[in-house]
Amino acid sequence: MKTVVSKVVGIFRDDIDTDLIIPAEYLKVTKKDGLGERLFAELREAESDFPLNLVENEGREILVCGRNFGCGSSREHAAWAISDYGFKVVIAVSFADIFLGNAMKNQILPVNLERGVVERISDFDGEVEVDLFSQKVRFAEEEYDFSIDSYRKDCLINEMSDMDYLVSRLKTIRDFDRGRKMFFNINDL
Amino acid sequence: MKKTIFEKIWEKHLIEKRNGYPDVLAIDLQLIHEVTSPQAFEELRSRGLDLYDRGRCVATVDHNVPTGLDRKIITDPISRNQVETLRKNCEEFGVKIFDMDSRKQGIVHVIGPELGLTQPGMTIVCGDSHTSTHGAFGALAFGVGTTEVGHVMATGALLQGKPKKMKVEFKGKRSLGISAKDIVLKMISEIGVSGGTGYVIEYCGEVIADLSMEERMTICNMSIECGSRAGIMAPDEVTYEYLKGRSGVEDFDEAVKSWKGFVSDPGCEYDKEVVVNISEMGPMVTWGINPGEAIDVVEVIPEDSEERALEYVGLERGQRIEGVGIDYVFIGSCTNGRISDLREAAKIFRDRKVADGVRVFVVPGSERVQEMAITEGLDQVFIDAGCEFRNPGCSMCLAMNGDSVPDGKRCASTSNRNFMGRQGKGSITHLMSPAMAAAAAIEGKIIDVRKI
Repeated sequence: MKTVVSKVVGIFRDDIDTDLIIPAEYLKVTKKDGLGERLFAELREAESDFPLNLVENEGREILVCGRNFGCGSSREHAAWAISDYGFKVVIAVSFADIFLGNAMKNQILPVNLERGVVERISDFDGEVEVDLFSQKVRFAEEEYDFSIDSYRKDCLINEMSDMDYLVSRLKTIRDFDRGRKMFFNINDL
Repeated sequence: MKKTIFEKIWEKHLIEKRNGYPDVLAIDLQLIHEVTSPQAFEELRSRGLDLYDRGRCVATVDHNVPTGLDRKIITDPISRNQVETLRKNCEEFGVKIFDMDSRKQGIVHVIGPELGLTQPGMTIVCGDSHTSTHGAFGALAFGVGTTEVGHVMATGALLQGKPKKMKVEFKGKRSLGISAKDIVLKMISEIGVSGGTGYVIEYCGEVIADLSMEERMTICNMSIECGSRAGIMAPDEVTYEYLKGRSGVEDFDEAVKSWKGFVSDPGCEYDKEVVVNISEMGPMVTWGINPGEAIDVVEVIPEDSEERALEYVGLERGQRIEGVGIDYVFIGSCTNGRISDLREAAKIFRDRKVADGVRVFVVPGSERVQEMAITEGLDQVFIDAGCEFRNPGCSMCLAMNGDSVPDGKRCASTSNRNFMGRQGKGSITHLMSPAMAAAAAIEGKIIDVRKI
């Protein structure tokens, strides 16, 4: 991922939890794909004018939300559903910790901006440019910098995974563990 | 340099620190359940990787298991497939699994401590946000996504950025009728549902020292509801006493010597400090759609409440929460499904009857809790009162197993989340303590348990 240019889908609400993003009844899957059609399932059913129900929003790649997006359950299904639906970027006032980690592990770029800016983007009907390389968001005549951990940025740009890195450190991990004393034993159970 | 418990654990588990990379952190124990593990096992399989250390993984079935009499027959084919997939994966990879009727099955966060696997100074993860529960023992325990479940399976380690430090000090004296659940709901209502984001919270003060292990677990369990990465409490004699004689503990005397090192040095600095006064507080109840929307049972719904929340729960600004009628009661979950919780509820149910039209689920957190409840005769107290005393699992906390609150119905629940649709599509949840939930069951409406 480098640059995403798209109109946005604005769901400017605070504290959107992962139960809302993907309700528990859809967590029974044993694969990752196909969850996009269940994204925000209950809101889509309850509110006929919910943004994901509107034809003009189809194919948009940037989701815009309020504060504390992705709070609650650790279910990575929330990130899988967002990604499977086709979103590549989530712009929000703030993110919950576990969701933030899950998003980046699934090639979703989380962008944190000030409330007023996020609100304007949410209402903006034109194309928004999110440039990961230079860490900038541009829309209308406005431009804002966003921050991202340099390792996470590399992972997104080069589609690297933590697993590759950790596996490359296995010898160091084994050396560290040698002689480390534990006071529990699962074989006694 | 003065160090907090969290920093001591982090340093002890820090495998490698390299410029430009997150820390490589050793993980001592991984708890596995059926919902967040299948894709992780699949990842190992597709990469041809094996488990790093079988001795550090324990699995159980909890989210999908039915809690009725015939619980072994899972009628929902997708649920059944998920449970069977876990069984197959555990068999293939050699993971120890506590299945139904092993007498050790239960909610992951209930069985870890009761088996003695949760200990001070450890790092513990699970693909479940309520892993924060284990922090009650002075362990660094946090929920991770499925990708990270796979990382720990394959490497015994995680890549982690170091969270900031937050101190929550409880001051004052706990009055009669105030439970750990009330205390943690009060804290979340004060700091908000994102007040702990980015932090590991250390809970301090005499109030904590006076709590039992099970009460401490209730507080640490809900740490995630204010957004914190983890909650942690200093281990003490109460902790050691709890762990003594549990089957998973090895070399107890030597262990205690080691555990004693995991307390914060006096005069530590924190990035954020909060004081919560618990004197003169009453039992807490949530009125809205997140755990921060909690008020004292004698209070009214705040004037500045959000319209969307009010509309969903069907209540109005200025309305008293006491007296709101309920249809369902759920007593259980990793927050309040332990034996002391069932005892508190049973005290209220003894020689009383559940109100007409109210359906009450009492769901023990584990087979062991269920066994203790039966030995103590609590099961009969519940049944005589008109409750359903069911088999262990996550049940109606998140309604994955078929136990759900119907659309538009209202539930008094001892669980941890009152999110929209959490207990079933269109369900309305009011979080409270086991005693308060039992009182609501008797009256058919939310009531101050101190009046009973």
